[in-house]
Amino acid sequence: MRNPLSDTITAIPPSGIRKFIDIGSEMKDTISLGVGEPDFDTPWHVREEGIFSLEKGQTFYTSNAGLKELKVEICKYLERRFHVSYDYKDECMVTVGGSEAIDIALRAMLNPGDEVLIPQPSYVSYPPCTILAGGVPVSIQLEEEDQFRLTKEKLLAAITPKTKVLILPFPNNPTGSIMELEDLKEIAEVVEEYDLFVISDEIYSELTYTGDHVTIASLPGMKERTVLINGFSKSYAMTGWRLGYACAPAIILQQMLKIHQFAIMCAPTTSQYAAVEALKNGDEDVIEMRAAYDERRKYLVKAFNEIGMDCYEPQGAFYVFPCIKRFGMSSDEFALKLLEEEKVAVVPGTAFGDCGEGYLRVSYAYSLKNLQRAMERIERFAKRHLGEKE
Amino acid sequence: MREKILAVIEKNSRIDLAQLAALLGEEEAAVANAIADMEKENIICGYHTMINWENTSDEKVVALIEVKVTPQRGVGYDKIAERIYHHSEVSSVYLMSSGTYDFTVIIEGKTLREVAQFVNEELATINSVVSTSTHFILKKYKEHGTVMCEKPEDERMLISL
Repeated sequence: MRNPLSDTITAIPPSGIRKFIDIGSEMKDTISLGVGEPDFDTPWHVREEGIFSLEKGQTFYTSNAGLKELKVEICKYLERRFHVSYDYKDECMVTVGGSEAIDIALRAMLNPGDEVLIPQPSYVSYPPCTILAGGVPVSIQLEEEDQFRLTKEKLLAAITPKTKVLILPFPNNPTGSIMELEDLKEIAEVVEEYDLFVISDEIYSELTYTGDHVTIASLPGMKERTVLINGFSKSYAMTGWRLGYACAPAIILQQMLKIHQFAIMCAPTTSQYAAVEALKNGDEDVIEMRAAYDERRKYLVKAFNEIGMDCYEPQGAFYVFPCIKRFGMSSDEFALKLLEEEKVAVVPGTAFGDCGEGYLRVSYAYSLKNLQRAMERIERFAKRHLGEKE
Repeated sequence: MREKILAVIEKNSRIDLAQLAALLGEEEAAVANAIADMEKENIICGYHTMINWENTSDEKVVALIEVKVTPQRGVGYDKIAERIYHHSEVSSVYLMSSGTYDFTVIIEGKTLREVAQFVNEELATINSVVSTSTHFILKKYKEHGTVMCEKPEDERMLISL
């Protein structure tokens, strides 16, 4: 029999966290700080709207780009929160999570051999999606001394004549770093000068703790070059509803819509009706959840620093990214030992790119009580292993 | 800072000072002072424990009683309320805006008979009380913003990126 598989997909390595999941789920009393989704339930009024839409029998496809009412609300929201205006008619589409939008944006923009700049550590799907779209991923390694922000120098150093797209994954999973207006201005200059395009993944845009998120699309000349991706998973605690969106210049969006039309048809109808309610009446929910995350963020940063695990203060998303270089172990080793010895599951920084070596991603999408219990165990672990070394 | 402190301790009054200060990003001393002030000003009136008695072997009966009264000259609602709330069986008294009755009184007792006896002998006999209507509480689902029934397990995956 011939090999049934494509060489492209078999060459892409599987995610390295599988073993943690397998070991962790076999052990009783494991405390996980490993998830990338909110611990809150979707706000009840949003769930109710989904239920109501089912009761009314709204169980059909929507138009490919999504419900008109939802697209209108998305554009209003982006204007209200981030001061960027899109035309709902041809610059906005609803997708199956932000992840579909990443995939189809890359597929709509790349020609074979085009290079995509991917600041890392960052979410895992950018390199494989780039490869599947025929492009070549090029990693830009962010560093703690820059607070894991993308600097002009780092960007310039990575550009080649083949560079076409820059991914901007901020607020960032896993580092919790953000890009402020001044940072983005420098990036925008380079993007314009080298005639690049930006895929700005802003799924954590509602979770910033030191000021409002700024989208690069709101900078002069950038909207024409940017695919803005966002969604409902993190801000409204709606991960399981699988709903995101993309806003982009019509010329790009039209082609993205084509792929979406053939591969997906439309995003889930029930989720779309619920999302309309989230955007219309959900601002308060977002404020409440943000406040809860912020409390936990402050608690964790302090707790890690107190036990001798250096932890810079992240300003967005719901992760802290403590440094473990003092322990003389690799991230993988550390995470595995922590799981085996103290039954606490965290994600090694290397899951998000090689430059995550020396760090751990610790999620605070957990109750304070849970975080405290986990920190007791981590403290015990740290004392034991630092004692061994020093 | 006061509002922030209250928001946290309203949900968890047992949080220790160091942690509370860490959550709010404030100095411990400042937080301690603010709490002491609010205790003095009767903004913080007490620290209680929320107990789900249904999960204990203790029998407990809770009744909500609508009380209609005639305020008499020189004795306003407040005076009548005082006569009601001084009884240790009474856990809450509210003055209502309803047209059909004036006070909501919540009473806790060990047995149905004990509660009935209290209503008949202590409450209904107060001079200004015109009538009472007693509703026994069968089950508490949620109190003080907390759902009393068992909490579901965390259904999320152990690790997700």
